Amino acid sequence: MAITMIKGQVGLTGNSAIAYAMKQINPDVCAAYPITPSTQVVEEFSSYVADGKVDTEFITVESEHSAMSACIGASAAGARVMTATSSQGLALMWEMLYIASGMRLPIVLTDVNRALSAPINIHCDHSDSMGARDSGWIQIYSETVQEAYDNLFQAVRIAENEKVLLPVMVCLDGFITSHAIENISLIVDDDIKQFIGEYKAQHPLLDTDHPVTYGAMTLPDTYIEFKRQQSEAIARAKDVVSEIGKEFGNRFGREYGLMEKYKLDDAEAAIVILSSAAGTTKVAVDELRKAGKKVGILRPRLFRPFPFEEIAGALKNVKAVAVLDRADSMSGFGGPLFNEIRSALYELEKRPKVVSRIFGLGGRDYMVKDAVQVFDELLGIFKTGKIETLMKYITL
Amino acid sequence: MAEKKNLPIGGVITEAGTAHEYVTGGWRKLKPLLDKGKCTNCLICWVMCPDSAIVVQDGKMIGFDMEHCKGCGICAEECPDKVKAIKMEEEAG
Ligand code: SF4
Ligand code: SF4
Repeated sequence: MAITMIKGQVGLTGNSAIAYAMKQINPDVCAAYPITPSTQVVEEFSSYVADGKVDTEFITVESEHSAMSACIGASAAGARVMTATSSQGLALMWEMLYIASGMRLPIVLTDVNRALSAPINIHCDHSDSMGARDSGWIQIYSETVQEAYDNLFQAVRIAENEKVLLPVMVCLDGFITSHAIENISLIVDDDIKQFIGEYKAQHPLLDTDHPVTYGAMTLPDTYIEFKRQQSEAIARAKDVVSEIGKEFGNRFGREYGLMEKYKLDDAEAAIVILSSAAGTTKVAVDELRKAGKKVGILRPRLFRPFPFEEIAGALKNVKAVAVLDRADSMSGFGGPLFNEIRSALYELEKRPKVVSRIFGLGGRDYMVKDAVQVFDELLGIFKTGKIETLMKYITL
Repeated sequence: MAEKKNLPIGGVITEAGTAHEYVTGGWRKLKPLLDKGKCTNCLICWVMCPDSAIVVQDGKMIGFDMEHCKGCGICAEECPDKVKAIKMEEEAG
């Protein structure tokens, strides 16, 4: 696809922006199996390969399980590797996701968030990536096309950082972000090249002068040590994400942190929400602020590792919090984000009241009025100090 | 084994040929026995043994590496029907 920039700005869908970012990154290997709604990422990137615009070895595979397997093999061989998927595709990669992170391979995957079957549905929710939340992958959620594009370059740096060496998943909302055209700023190729640098694997399989084994069995005498190593690495990734977000800001003018706080400093009531729905919530906040209501938003950007201290710090003065999950953990105890946010607040001397609201599953619209309703409820909790409904589904 | 805290990340083994140090002979329930009189030295057993436990010298099958032979019986099975120079016997018997 020909991309024409006007004054540094260009209108792109989320998928086209991701494919274009991948072209600029020019990875050594991409193995992918296209699936709705991330299809255009693979489609457009394979055109770049066919047109000789990148040096990438593109491996066509028969399933996502094979896609991730090929990514793992290529990454162990020493290549810079990228892929993209959604929903059932990510689910089919499950077994291999854990192998990628356990073998500490810095693969970068774009997950265009889509609901999981059954019933079958192709639209947005976060059940796919939330299901992979314990797979040892770093997870970054993007609100906009611009952020998804910017996140991909940072993901390469985070994954390959020698303190980290873990795979990274960049998430954006299916259709809402993947198919909507947004005016974004592109970074020029040379600046990207400089920012991401060259990847030098520590123990590439293809270095036959220094033969190595990947994927060997470990017994009870060492397995737990390897898992502790991995656990420490993902915890260290938090600071690396901050540093790289800052460096990105210094170079390109758009700084990224672990989370975004929107009118949160003096807020009495706050919504915690991921990705594109934060944009809708911001409109509600602006409206309510005009009416003198002290409301705000916390939008976690980094979900894995979970920045629990920073989140507690950001919410410590809020009195009533609603955590809006676009996924249900089917535990009978609210959504996954709710559980972790609530747990992060436990150490506070004065804890805010926290409720769980599950919204927008399978692409159901989440509108400004839905956010306003949640804020109204929260302001009620703020007044009475009492929660009437701890958990419920909204946008029904 | 390296110090536990210095284990290579991701469980990568940074030396070659370390499988030799892993003595799998202790897993054996059956052991192979060779009848040298019958053996034609076709070396099919050497090709098929999954543990490289068939010892060959000067092109001749001379026995088993009992430190690594797991006693799977593949060699006995694969030795040609007309020859059948390998028999599996109870290890303890
Ligand atoms: S019994 Fe199995 S492991 Fe032992 S020598 Fe025969 S084929 Fe090899
Ligand atoms: S397969 Fe049988 S005949 Fe052939 S070398 Fe082995 S023991 Fe001898």
